[in-house]
Amino acid sequence: MEDGFAALSKIVSERESEIVAHWRQLLVTASGGTGRIKDAEVEKQCRDFLSAFAAGLGAGATVATDPAFDSARELLGGVSQSRANQGFTPTETATFVFSLKEPLFEQVRASYPDDTARVASLGWDMTQILDQLGLYTMEVYQRSREDVVRRQQDEIAELSTPVVKLWEGILALPLIGTLDSARTQVVMENLLQAIVDQSADLAIIDITGVPTVDTLVAQHLLKTIAAARLMGADCIVSGIRPQIAQTMVHLGVELDVVSKATLADALALAFQRTGRTVVRKAVAKG
Amino acid sequence: MPIRESDDVVRVRQAVRVQAVAAGLGLVDQTKIVTAASELARNTLDYGLGGTVRIETFTGNPRRGVRLTFEDNGPGIPDLERALTDGYTTGGGLGLGLSGARRLCNEFEIESVVGQGTRITIARWK
Repeated sequence: MEDGFAALSKIVSERESEIVAHWRQLLVTASGGTGRIKDAEVEKQCRDFLSAFAAGLGAGATVATDPAFDSARELLGGVSQSRANQGFTPTETATFVFSLKEPLFEQVRASYPDDTARVASLGWDMTQILDQLGLYTMEVYQRSREDVVRRQQDEIAELSTPVVKLWEGILALPLIGTLDSARTQVVMENLLQAIVDQSADLAIIDITGVPTVDTLVAQHLLKTIAAARLMGADCIVSGIRPQIAQTMVHLGVELDVVSKATLADALALAFQRTGRTVVRKAVAKG
Repeated sequence: MPIRESDDVVRVRQAVRVQAVAAGLGLVDQTKIVTAASELARNTLDYGLGGTVRIETFTGNPRRGVRLTFEDNGPGIPDLERALTDGYTTGGGLGLGLSGARRLCNEFEIESVVGQGTRITIARWK
């Protein structure tokens, strides 16, 4: 067996340019010429991987997890990661490794034109090791996609919880979407920080964009309000739609806080409480 | 549908809303059944240690609506009477989920065997 892998290594390093040329062509065909990755970049990835692959084989590695394949695996990881981030499909990503089989096998056959048994046994060795490397590529791909999803979740959590200054000392917190524990934490932190920064006395929490208000959401709201109170700011809850109001009554949830149907009503109340009046000025016609 | 993690609670809510709309429930009834589903799904997850929910619509005479069956193989509820009392909780919530869900539905059945699990069937119709 050892000698088979050594032979493979020799073939790969001796016939590198033929293999790369053939491999690259296959990759271009497989990607349908979408040109998402530059040609030069693909060629560099092919060359780098082949030399690391040959080095690994030369060092006596027979399984993909062998330390001698460390640099080959690292390269594959990088390729896989960048493709996952660029939105390649799993098939397109795995194709990078699997499409190496054809050119490699061709060179093996060309090296032993009269020895079919040898070609078959080398072909088998090669298939095994490339399959393992292909699976590794998919693992990295999967992990990278999960990272992307996690990052997006964080971004959504950040984006959807802005604290808006409506007036001197009056803040608004328009809540949108599901209030799970992780997001409520962000909401609470943002609101309390804004209360300090703007030295606000009133915060309007608008729940127009919250589709379902169940006991957990209510509890989170109550905790947020209690924390704001401790910091000297009063809260007004606005945007409770009729169906939500009915549901909350049946649930038996009581929000021990002033609430208004719309954000406009809440702002009017906030003005009143802070001793402001809104006066409509006569507008000159014409 | 499985209920294994907190994201599943959101998925249950969305699925129930879709079914409630399909059954022709009005906005208030939709909101009520979705909220009740949210409470029970979270109970299934937090107290039942995960389980499943079956969502069915029925369009028979004379009622049209949605029926949900939550099942888990968790520790069960030793004292149903107490669990259905407003404000009673063992988990740090408001203690209104189970009792509130009962008030939000037209039909509410609960079976629980300690050590074996809990099954709750609710329905809302118009």
